[in-house]
Amino acid sequence: MKEKVIEVENLVKRFGHFTANDRLSFDVYEGEIFGFLGANGAGKTTAIRILSGLSSPTSGKVKVAGFDAGTQAEMIKRNIGYMCQKFSLYEDLTVRENIALYGGIYGLSRSEITERTAQLLDRLRFREYENKLISDLPLGLKQKLSFAVAVLHEPRIVFLDEPTGGVDPITRRQFWEMIYETAERGITIFVTTHYMDEAEYCDRISIMNDGRIVALDTPSNLKKQYNVSSVEEVFIKIARPGVG
Amino acid sequence: MSVVVQASGLSKKFGQTAALEDISFSVNESEIFGFIGPDGAGKTTLFRIITTLLLPDSGEIKVLGLDGTRNFKELRMEIGYMPGRFSLYQDLSVEENLEFYATVFGTTIEENYYLIKDIYSHIEPFKKRLAGKLSGGMKQKLALSCALIHKPKLLVLDEPTTGVDAVSRSEFWDMLSRLREYNITVIVSTPYMDEAMRCDRIALIQNGKLLAVDTPTVVKNEFRRKLFSIRSAEKHKLIIALRSLDETISSFPFGESVHVTFKNDRLPDNLDLSLRERGISDASITETESGIEDRFLELIQTTEHQTA
Repeated sequence: MKEKVIEVENLVKRFGHFTANDRLSFDVYEGEIFGFLGANGAGKTTAIRILSGLSSPTSGKVKVAGFDAGTQAEMIKRNIGYMCQKFSLYEDLTVRENIALYGGIYGLSRSEITERTAQLLDRLRFREYENKLISDLPLGLKQKLSFAVAVLHEPRIVFLDEPTGGVDPITRRQFWEMIYETAERGITIFVTTHYMDEAEYCDRISIMNDGRIVALDTPSNLKKQYNVSSVEEVFIKIARPGVG
Repeated sequence: MSVVVQASGLSKKFGQTAALEDISFSVNESEIFGFIGPDGAGKTTLFRIITTLLLPDSGEIKVLGLDGTRNFKELRMEIGYMPGRFSLYQDLSVEENLEFYATVFGTTIEENYYLIKDIYSHIEPFKKRLAGKLSGGMKQKLALSCALIHKPKLLVLDEPTTGVDAVSRSEFWDMLSRLREYNITVIVSTPYMDEAMRCDRIALIQNGKLLAVDTPTVVKNEFRRKLFSIRSAEKHKLIIALRSLDETISSFPFGESVHVTFKNDRLPDNLDLSLRERGISDASITETESGIEDRFLELIQTTEHQTA
């Protein structure tokens, strides 16, 4: 059995009288691609903020990369990476400068930064762009670079928010292949997205509704269980019971 | 059936960048016409030209029989435009925004309420709330209500469903379908292939060029090769294994499976054995139907991605 890198047991988060996360329990494993889905307002953002050490649970046990989200938030932050579709990179810095900046923020030494920059540029075949400003790169390349930068410090987990939104189908697949490679290296990929066809690429997905996890399985098992042909239909059935 | 938009040979450059190159298409009355393509494909530039907000460098565009350059004032009264970026007044309430748009176009909320009732009723309970304080799905509903309140003949929606959850998206498309009853023509853009099937006709757009224009079914069926769907628990290994076979033409991850085409449109002899030799022992192989995305992949592969 693979090691658990995220362990959540009865996580509750309240804001005043409002319960944003209502007894969430789930585990995510090393090297797994886990899709975390839910309608707007279902409580995803709250949960992710807790998982990434930005907020602490009201009650329940949350361990991320072996650290407790209530008491060791700083350690969690050092062991995770984060990429959102927009704003990840500094547009007015070059590719090389962005890598160095993030390396520094993640606490890598000068020699590690030099070494990993070289590896990254070669692996992405980015040598011809190294001194280009981010603002001059096409969207597809920006996304690949954002992802590479988010795992520069070899975190245990990387959080991706709508990772392939808005890119063309080929770039999108190249991006998923990067994600697969990264997962094979043992880094856990935690994906949030509104796009259910993106969810189809995950190993397992959970669906949240009104602060609770209402489904958690592989995409194919969920489709079987609800007797439909796409995750989108599963989602609509769950988030809008009684309709369709 | 009358033609609502007729574009021929539209081109637009920004400096050295060609945003649109020789774009021609026509949109018929009461049709939902979708432009499907990634960010940066030229969708927004094209929509600004359709809505008279931008002039093309060359080519012609007629909207509702009028010339967008000379008759822009008349045209703007007939067009409802919902830009990609939320552009309502954040510091006005829901109701004030709607009233403002109605007034600008010389109408009232009451007069055309039947048109927006479907959507507006979802946000009406919050009509005193500032627009800036609404959730993504509610902003989208308000923006659409504002674009519809003057009963336009043509509704132009730039990526209306970006950032919106699947349930709201599905409701949104249901609502667009109902606009046909009122003879409102809809032009809509999206980067998401799965929304293509909700349109009457689509245009696939990439790097400022149209790659295909037709009904979603025809576009999808233009994928002529036999397509196989192969699954394994080790997807990445499987892709690499498939690519190493001489018989493989293309192999792309597609959700939980890998979509593959082979030379001569048939499975290679001993495929199972070849995969086993490459470390894949659990492959399940089925023939599958192509979708819009398969066709889009095929089209862009034969155009510019050849070098990549």
